[in-house]
Amino acid sequence: MHFGLTEEQNMLQETLRRFAAEELPPQRRRDHFDEGSGFDAELWRRAAEVGLPGLIVPEDLGGSGLEMLDLALAFEILGEAAIPGPFLGHALATLALVRGGSDEQKSKWLPRLATGEAIGGCALGEEHDLWEPEDWSLARKDGRASGSKRFAEVGPHTDVLIVGLAGGELGLVEKDAAGLSIEALDGMDRSRALAHLQFENTPIDILAAGDGVAGDVMDAARILLAADAFGAAWKLIRTTVEYAQTREQFSTPIAQFQAVKHQLANMAMEAEPMRGLVWVAAYAFDHRRDEVAREAAIAKAHITDRVVQIGRDAVSLHGGIGFTWECDVHFWLKRALHDRTWLGSPAAHRERLATLEKW
Amino acid sequence: MDLEYGPEYADFRREIEQFLAETPKDIDRRSFLQSATKRGYLYRHIPKRFGGAEEPFDPIRETIVSDLFDASAFSWRLGPQSTGMIVPTLLEAGADWQREQFIPPTLLGDSIWCQGYSEPGAGSDLASLRSTARLDGDEWVINGQKIWTSDADEAGFMFGMFRTEPEADKHAGISYLLLEMNQPGIDVRPLRQITGATHFFEVFFNDVRTPANWIVGERGEGWRVARANLKYERNLGGGPRLRQRFRAVLALAQASMRNGRPASQDPVIRQRLAEIAGEVRCAETMTLRQLSAAARDEDELVVLPLLVNKLYGTEIGEHIAQLGFDLVENDGLLAPTRSTWDSVSASADETDWVDQYLFELASGIAAGSSNIQRNVIGERGLGLPRDLRAGGG
Repeated sequence: MHFGLTEEQNMLQETLRRFAAEELPPQRRRDHFDEGSGFDAELWRRAAEVGLPGLIVPEDLGGSGLEMLDLALAFEILGEAAIPGPFLGHALATLALVRGGSDEQKSKWLPRLATGEAIGGCALGEEHDLWEPEDWSLARKDGRASGSKRFAEVGPHTDVLIVGLAGGELGLVEKDAAGLSIEALDGMDRSRALAHLQFENTPIDILAAGDGVAGDVMDAARILLAADAFGAAWKLIRTTVEYAQTREQFSTPIAQFQAVKHQLANMAMEAEPMRGLVWVAAYAFDHRRDEVAREAAIAKAHITDRVVQIGRDAVSLHGGIGFTWECDVHFWLKRALHDRTWLGSPAAHRERLATLEKW
Repeated sequence: MDLEYGPEYADFRREIEQFLAETPKDIDRRSFLQSATKRGYLYRHIPKRFGGAEEPFDPIRETIVSDLFDASAFSWRLGPQSTGMIVPTLLEAGADWQREQFIPPTLLGDSIWCQGYSEPGAGSDLASLRSTARLDGDEWVINGQKIWTSDADEAGFMFGMFRTEPEADKHAGISYLLLEMNQPGIDVRPLRQITGATHFFEVFFNDVRTPANWIVGERGEGWRVARANLKYERNLGGGPRLRQRFRAVLALAQASMRNGRPASQDPVIRQRLAEIAGEVRCAETMTLRQLSAAARDEDELVVLPLLVNKLYGTEIGEHIAQLGFDLVENDGLLAPTRSTWDSVSASADETDWVDQYLFELASGIAAGSSNIQRNVIGERGLGLPRDLRAGGG
């Protein structure tokens, strides 16, 4: 029994931390955030060099052949550094193909997704805040679909996207497909692309192989959003600790004041226990298939909910400057806000958990 | 990462289950403890010459044993002062003769201990304690008062911190002494809790005597000795206990009615249950991390979990108790009927949720109050500076 990380997993996180430090010094992060499209070609290319796009693609198709836990550990660093880019949509599209693609679909897309040459995206949400497969209503007939999807992680950079279809199936749509229009949104979290999509007789290829692929994609999304938020949590805590140790008022670092110390302690008390939850949910994805639905629902609801509070407390503890755009704290608060809302609110996932558990 | 325990531990688990199945149901606690120790299940980390089983270091085996013993009908746990405090302290810092004399009867429950630490004027600031011990020939003479002393009415012995070096600094003036409770000069008075029950006592010392060599460690080392038991007393956090409490409050929700249907079908109650489920799952995984690190001798990986264990458990316990109290509705108008140390048991029927809701307050007060926990988390966990205080220390 070993409930901890391997040396390789620690190295993966260290490599990605170094990548983030080199490629995303604070000013460059600010520039990306200001630009706001959630995509930078050069940054994506560099991320491809450290293997991020292909982590879960099988080795014989050009990827690293790793598991969901490794992907979650990578996503922790993405959240920790607030790295802009379509990593989530790409990971979900990749996963959908790995689990549910035909041999032809796999060989067409996975090698290019693995190298990052092709960028994946995903469109799951619909009107009225619906996200779950049983609520998808975009219908496909004779290989084409007309309708809309909302809050997709898709942009002009997306080469192939997975789309949630009525009946709980997943389809593939290619860039510049006929009748596809992408309306880019001005997202709260400017490090990730957001768009509403319109389909008008748009050709959609079904991901036919693999039962329950849609459920896998949803659980993976839950886990990766939780991992991202968890990374953001510790960044927020460490940044605030540093601030409190240097900011002086009444001739004393504010860290000396018990109220400040206790707020930070409460944040740490909330954040540290989440680490094991991310691990266990990601581990269950590959090793405890009868538990993953429950673990993923808990992880998404609990972690994203509490990390938003950590983000709000971090802003408060920074005082006036915490409320300014120039003080970077809001990047991570907004990262957490996106993680909390995308794919459904904590309340929605909690109600879903209650049903899964037959309370 | 591998959450499978493997065939060796599966076999061990079966072995323990078999042992429990074969043990007569009416066995007395002393015989049960002897039997379990003889087979190497209990007191694994304690040398045989002190009454232990002296088995190789294996926190996973220890956890399997304690989990299965807890789930069984056998009463096996001794007071926390005994196995959780005095035994580890003597193993760490006691003289050999003290270990030989005191540990074996303690492990069997023959010797019952109480702890003489807190005083009316020394709670969070324990080092400011004022009870004294003065050497008179070959005996210490003790005067003063201790408070919050659990089991003082039953205990045959006390271990305590007393000021023996009046000229020394606050911490350096304290010694760790052992003493017999049944003697003239000791006055034990019950403290009634807000729940109506009595679990704690005040102990008054009027020229109480104890042999000079019933000191653990050297004179003035008492503060260090009291903190030395960490190596033997692993705190793995409260995952399993919190899971049990969650199951109890869920059962209560399923058994209670609200708006004409079971409360567990009420959307608001479901949200609260699900929030608690998230916290409990986090606590469980944090316990598992600590068990894994203990088994692999990787304590440096779980510094923060160790620091947040108690506060996190207190917060979750509070949320569970609050929900339980809400669910019993008008029964909350009545005084608690059962006053057990821990009223939450697996079935909703057996739990006194009113008592639990009051008793839960103790969790954030005893053994290091929640605000002290926050200080420790901030200072030792996050590197924040210590509080400013008048007079230092």
